[in-house]
Amino acid sequence: MISLPDILAGVIVVALNAYVLLAGADFGGGVWDLLARGPRRDAQREVIAEAIGPVWEANHVWLILALVVLFTAFPPVFAELGTRLHIPFALVLIGIVLRGSAFAFRSYGGEPSGVQLRWGHVFAIASAVTPLLLGTALGAIAAGRLGEAGSGNGNGFVAVYVRPWLAPFPISVGILAIACFSLLAAVYLTLESDERALQEDFARRALAAQGVVIVCGLAALGLARSASPQLAQGLLKASSAVLVQGLAALAALIVLVALVRRRFTIARIAAAVEASLILWGWALGQYPYILPPDWTIDGAAAPAATLELLLGALAVGAVVLFPSLLYLFRVFKAKTMSDAVP
Amino acid sequence: MSDLLSARAQMGTSLAFHIIFALVGIGMPLMMVVAERKWYDTGDEIYHELAQRWARGTAILFAVGAVSGTVLSFELGLLWPGFMRQAGGIIGMPFSLEGFAFFTEAIFLGIYLYGWERISPRAHIIAGLLVAVSGAASGIFVVIANAWMNTPSGFRIVNGAITDVDPIAAMRNPAALSQTIHMTLAAYASTGLAVAGIHAFLLLRDSSNAFHRRALTIALLVGGPAAVLQPLSGDLAARQVARYQPAKLAAMEALFATEQGAPLVLGGWPDIEQHTTRAAIRIPYGLSLLAFHDPHATVRGLDAIPEDEWPNVPVVHWNFQLMVALGSYMALVVFLAAVAAGRREAGGGKREAGGGKREAGGGKREAGGGKREAGGGKREAGGGKREAGGGKREAGGGKREARGGKRGVSGIADQKWLLRAIVVAGPMGFLATEAGWMTTEFGRQPWVIYGVLRTRDAVSPMPGLVVPFVVFTLLYCFLGWVVGWLLYRQILHSPKISEQVWANVTVGKGEEGRGKGTA
Repeated sequence: MISLPDILAGVIVVALNAYVLLAGADFGGGVWDLLARGPRRDAQREVIAEAIGPVWEANHVWLILALVVLFTAFPPVFAELGTRLHIPFALVLIGIVLRGSAFAFRSYGGEPSGVQLRWGHVFAIASAVTPLLLGTALGAIAAGRLGEAGSGNGNGFVAVYVRPWLAPFPISVGILAIACFSLLAAVYLTLESDERALQEDFARRALAAQGVVIVCGLAALGLARSASPQLAQGLLKASSAVLVQGLAALAALIVLVALVRRRFTIARIAAAVEASLILWGWALGQYPYILPPDWTIDGAAAPAATLELLLGALAVGAVVLFPSLLYLFRVFKAKTMSDAVP
Repeated sequence: MSDLLSARAQMGTSLAFHIIFALVGIGMPLMMVVAERKWYDTGDEIYHELAQRWARGTAILFAVGAVSGTVLSFELGLLWPGFMRQAGGIIGMPFSLEGFAFFTEAIFLGIYLYGWERISPRAHIIAGLLVAVSGAASGIFVVIANAWMNTPSGFRIVNGAITDVDPIAAMRNPAALSQTIHMTLAAYASTGLAVAGIHAFLLLRDSSNAFHRRALTIALLVGGPAAVLQPLSGDLAARQVARYQPAKLAAMEALFATEQGAPLVLGGWPDIEQHTTRAAIRIPYGLSLLAFHDPHATVRGLDAIPEDEWPNVPVVHWNFQLMVALGSYMALVVFLAAVAAGRREAGGGKREAGGGKREAGGGKREAGGGKREAGGGKREAGGGKREAGGGKREAGGGKREARGGKRGVSGIADQKWLLRAIVVAGPMGFLATEAGWMTTEFGRQPWVIYGVLRTRDAVSPMPGLVVPFVVFTLLYCFLGWVVGWLLYRQILHSPKISEQVWANVTVGKGEEGRGKGTA
């Protein structure tokens, strides 16, 4: 039986999912900006900037949405995460601040110059570091190393505030996050340019990223065993989680085949499905816990009156939000959805 | 530096930084939409250029505001987990609504900034309007949450635990209405007068510049009415504080002893040891009259509050006085500008030479007036009614001005003393807003939720909070410096078009302007 708290926890995962698919690709764009090489280096950077420009701020808001739903519906979890993951979250914030302002400054700072170029580097480096830390934080949550019962390994500063996330499994999830975001960005970017050579550049990059995703995914699954028996149990035994992971593997295969055969539209859809399934695999793997091992979804939920109102507000908000988003993407991304150029 | 102090300093720095961008994010979009609308109505290409410039400014400031706002929403958990554990379920609602408003703002700002050539003019201006409306809405939702911290409602405490949570009742807390009105007006007044100040400054150097004349008109139209109405909303807010937050009021007014027919205390040094305010000007019955609209009303002083629940009295008192002084000056300047614009229109076109001569003397008088204002402090509330009348007149003048094109503004733009007065008012809105936030936040201490949860019980248990405080402060300093530099560049490259030259330019130039906007 799905409870009201379950629905709201689901909303958080949906918002994170949208964040991964949209903002994730913007982060990935920064990674490819950093790794831009070869004769078409500047052209690559230009395509990336054009693709990100109109949408990155709207894409960023999915994280805020996930955050406000979390602290409204599950206040103790937000409080616990803010305390235990203070350091990685503070670093994430620095990354978000530098990346966002660097992008704006690069766009509005005037003529291309040395200063512009430096902002470009700030943007690119912050784009790479931020998802690493976000993924690491997610990994620390999944590993069940946060909270009273979770830490259980000493009382010093390092034991409580550092070791839970600075460990092999969370870091492997962080690298997986960068790889996923880079994959999404490269696959999307194949459709952002009409130029054959640029499409080839991004297709090759997408293939490389997919390789890293597969390696990291397997490594994370392997490390999960030693990191947390409970998580390993959830990821590898629970039938729903296993099914989701099987489907993610299938999607990964489709991405590879589609990329090799240069069927970019199929690759784009399959990559989005793959990244989404990885995320849902984690969510289902730790269900019914929202912050294992201390807090279950039901146990951490705010009073029913709050949850009902929040759900109502989300429904009303969605009525405003989705047509607006659709309009945004139709105005700027119509070219890449079909061949009808406005 | 203790962890509690570090956390408070970090939150305060983050808020003080973010508020500027929040204000601009509310005020700027309105100005850019007005400029665009005027471009469509008049076909005057300068308005087009103006709309695009303001849009670029909005883009830079919105980007920084969006990320600094993100920092704040995280910091609620990073610094104040104890607060969020208690309050999340009660006031998460307005934050969630704010999330949606912010979403709408970001979506339509993207459409506005990058959509000049992709959508119809009508759709474009509607996108701009939606940015303006959702910007104001997100500000209102956040302030509602803050108002709840001042006057918590919508729950009960039974045996130390919170029960009977009613998020709607929490949003309708007593301070919500007056605080949201006060802050929204602050946004329009601060942004409008800041932009007016910049263009007034540039007009002083190049008084016939058609670009700056139009910019000044729009900025005053957006900021002026708000600046004149602000003292009235301040009166509403102060009476609300008197009723529900006696400790804050007593600190604001540096009133140590409960009194019937309490005087208004202007300036002075609150002496905490001696429980008295030294060297202050006291206006008999003033405070009772202002706070309760009754000269014989009893006003609770700090002696009615346990000393360990006192806020920092000098800080609150001085910030409050500063806010009132700055706000009064802004209202006065706008009032004078409205009079000048109205008189110019009535009198026709020949006053220019006289205005120029009078300017030197006017400038001095102006400086003297400024001093009197700082000392005079709270005259504003008493003069409220007169100012409201001025507000109406100014709005009327504004309308006439819009129809009459160049005539109204030249009444302002040709009077140098007035331009100088507007330049001086430029930074005052931001300063007044900061001072107002210092007043309300310091005034609530030692509580984070007034009467319910002490700030020291809400702070993160993580040691070494001084480190994030220093790091984020440096980050903000750096960002502030860069934003200032970028805006300075934008302003420095202002088009040099005089009114006369512009009259001779043909329409063909429009294409060039369009091209620039998408760069």
